[in-house]
Amino acid sequence: MSKIPLQFRHNGRDVAIFVDGGTNLLVALRELIGDMTPKFGCGQGGCGTCSVLIDGELHLSCLTLAETVAGRSVETLDGMKQGPNLHPLQRAFADNFAAQCGYCTPGMLMAAKALLDRNPSPSRDEVIEAISGNICRCTGYEPIINAILAAASGRVSA
Amino acid sequence: MGVTVKTFTSASEAAGALSTDRSARYLGGGTLVMRALNEGDVTISTVVRAQDQALTRIDASGPRITLGAGVTFARVLAERDLGFLHAPARSIGGPAVRNMGTVGGNLFAPNPYGDFTVALLALDATVAVQGGFGARDIPIEEFLQARDRQAGTLVLSVSCTRPASSEAFRYRKIARIKPKGGSVITLAAHLPISGGRIAGARIALGSMAPTQIRARAAERALEGHSLDAATIAAAASAATEGTSPSDNALGSAWYRREIVGVHLRRLLSGQE
Repeated sequence: MSKIPLQFRHNGRDVAIFVDGGTNLLVALRELIGDMTPKFGCGQGGCGTCSVLIDGELHLSCLTLAETVAGRSVETLDGMKQGPNLHPLQRAFADNFAAQCGYCTPGMLMAAKALLDRNPSPSRDEVIEAISGNICRCTGYEPIINAILAAASGRVSA
Repeated sequence: MGVTVKTFTSASEAAGALSTDRSARYLGGGTLVMRALNEGDVTISTVVRAQDQALTRIDASGPRITLGAGVTFARVLAERDLGFLHAPARSIGGPAVRNMGTVGGNLFAPNPYGDFTVALLALDATVAVQGGFGARDIPIEEFLQARDRQAGTLVLSVSCTRPASSEAFRYRKIARIKPKGGSVITLAAHLPISGGRIAGARIALGSMAPTQIRARAAERALEGHSLDAATIAAAASAATEGTSPSDNALGSAWYRREIVGVHLRRLLSGQE
């Protein structure tokens, strides 16, 4: 089976890799690029922890055929931090105890970013809808919802 | 490990590749085919894609609307003229799944998925497919009955007539998890009214049989009547006729039979 050359933008940087036919984007990111921030949860589209932004739109990387992102822009949690500083959403998650075991956190943050990028001041219901594809088994969701609302309203510690 | 991915610029070339290779599957949004590959489905050795703009076209301006097979649920929700399809589109997955999953793929989604198709079945949609021998239009009910044999054909689009009013088309999905989750049962009703009476009633059910089905006995109970309490009761009590639900983690076959009439009554009487 021959390898397929693939080029795309990963967190603002051009990357070029070779993938096997049928490789999903999550495997390409983790095993070929070394970006371990998107996690493997279910492989079925049920948990959301592999969520990334493709051209700004929330997608599940485990259900994305890697070669379909050729020439496109892929953003992961690794690209969220701003230099040495956490992104306000990350800060808000820490402030509000929104990460417990942390496994859902990369997907939650990407889903939250997808929401705030197009709707900077969402209602509580809109936040709930935005993370409805992401499962958390620790927090009971309330701290996560509160964190996203806090980030949206600028209530974030320095 | 590894499958061959064939990407074509036109839908007809992709259809040709699909029809000549039994182990080929068409990749739409990825929520079905990539999931199968992730689970190690060895029956798929070729993945076919088409980058044909015709597959992502929406024509929603007139009384008859057409959705390209590659139109995502997020795009349906963004289209003001498709308001009658917003409830079924919104009932599917979370935002990421709606950004990926397509109208065409939903026709193949097994239980407890395929909710959008329930709505299309109640709207008597037509499915345009392309096989090895050219394109043709198939009534959606006929398409679903032969769904297992459709793997070699490429769905190009679905089309249906816009309901006359928001009252005339109703949709309800029962799920364990809100706002997201697989379907316990899904119901859609199209109730065109002519001279105060229902003419051309369509009731479609999801998760009540191996594929989405029409509840013909309930349709008969509605046909030619006004939508009053007695008619609704008659339709509700006929809702299980012809159904063959299965047990799964979301509900047992017994439970589904017990509740389908209750939810049909609520849908028809406009209750939340």
